[in-house]
Amino acid sequence: MKHVAVIGVGQTKFGELWERSLRSISLEAGIRAIEDAGIEGREIQALYIGNMSGMFTGQEHLSALAADMSGLNPIPTVRCEVACASAAAAFRQAYLSLLSGQYDIIMAAGAEKMTDLMGSGVLTTLMGAGDQEWEGSFGVTFAGLYALMARRHMHEYGTTQEQMALVSVNNHKNAVNNEYAQFRFPISVDDVLNSPIIASPLHLLDCSPITDGAAAVIMATEDAVKKLKIENPVWILGSGQASGQLALHDRESLTKIDSTIVAAKQAYEQSNLKPDDINYAEVHDCFSINEILAIEDLGFCKKGEGGKFVEDDKINTEIKINSTGGLKAIGHPVGATGIRQIIDIVRNIRDRGGIGLAQNIGGSGATCVVNILGDNYAK
Amino acid sequence: MPNKSSIPLSWRLNKSIYRLVGNKCKRCGTFFFPSRDICPKCRRKGDIEEVVFSGEGEVYSYTMINVAPKGFEQQTPYLIGIIKLKEGPLITGQIVRPNNNIEIGKKVYAVFRKLTEDSKSGIIKYGFKFKIKD
Repeated sequence: MKHVAVIGVGQTKFGELWERSLRSISLEAGIRAIEDAGIEGREIQALYIGNMSGMFTGQEHLSALAADMSGLNPIPTVRCEVACASAAAAFRQAYLSLLSGQYDIIMAAGAEKMTDLMGSGVLTTLMGAGDQEWEGSFGVTFAGLYALMARRHMHEYGTTQEQMALVSVNNHKNAVNNEYAQFRFPISVDDVLNSPIIASPLHLLDCSPITDGAAAVIMATEDAVKKLKIENPVWILGSGQASGQLALHDRESLTKIDSTIVAAKQAYEQSNLKPDDINYAEVHDCFSINEILAIEDLGFCKKGEGGKFVEDDKINTEIKINSTGGLKAIGHPVGATGIRQIIDIVRNIRDRGGIGLAQNIGGSGATCVVNILGDNYAK
Repeated sequence: MPNKSSIPLSWRLNKSIYRLVGNKCKRCGTFFFPSRDICPKCRRKGDIEEVVFSGEGEVYSYTMINVAPKGFEQQTPYLIGIIKLKEGPLITGQIVRPNNNIEIGKKVYAVFRKLTEDSKSGIIKYGFKFKIKD
């Protein structure tokens, strides 16, 4: 088995970056990743970039634009799109390309400039990740889809709105020291429960925000890592990706996301690791209920016990979940989040060693990508 | 999403949205709404046949939408439900505002209603919504 490592990471600040354009944030993330890796831009042989929708800016074909702006022409580029999991998919495509032996060094990135679009247009664009004909056409929003899942989880397992609120409270607490985060202030359970209802039972503070941001990583094969004398490579130990039904109503259950279960199984099997072995997890808390679903579907606790797991603070004591603030507090530029998660795992591993897992969901769960990284592939 | 509704899109969905026409796989007996061109279980071995659904079912999950996408801003707040149809499949749709409290398990039936309307020009879309049985 060949091995691949992340050798450089870079990102922009996440937030409402009205003064920045899609091309400028993509470029900044890429340059920072190249500088962090300590390589030259000309050593990059291909670019995969996640970007959910051209409807935010009118700009499609971002991959070629990003290569152009950064002087990386004529390397091949591909924009990857699987809704909010686009960046993790770009990462995985880069990984598979490196394993294929075709390349030695690749950049994987993600970028989204959501605030160029105003008001209800953002919700309509996001809803493109659901079933446009049979969900969107009736006025369902993404908050609505996750609200339908939350209601069902409350009904089947007794999960409470307070438990969901605690997800947001914890993520805000964790983002206070994250210089890249959109929201760096703590909130209380009462703040969440007193915030306006977006789609019952989900309140405003159960929802991740609308965010601009870009993130990029440089990935290299083991031979290239040695040749470049990289001192702090973080290795990819396992990777999985799965699809599921696009529309909620076509699933056998609304309280689990099968694509997470399948993608996680692939990543655990490849890495020969168990949920117990994971020290840090970046999970896809686009809405608070989804962190609870992720905790269960990734195997950190039994199905139905995710709310209790949060309430008992096991997201800090048993395993560090979203230790840098999650999508809720860092912000969720949809097509960039998957790489941002990888970067936070890499930073954790560089500082403290150990093993981290990133779970990136597309839509209401029709795509899931799970990657496991560690400081040493021989462990 | 364009500002004006797509006439071809509405036109081809009319049969399903007006009359709840879906289909079933005769081989495995699974009902589909919306209809599917192939049965995901039996795939090419399946045998698809058109079915008109009764519109009877019960609330499987629901949410009150307060922040709406384009075209629905004037309707807030509105109720969206996932309905478990008597024939088996789950289906997404609006629930006409009930007089009493809504909860999971309440019996519903399909009614024909206006869904959305483009601004002064464009098309008016009609189709099913669900109403709570009293």
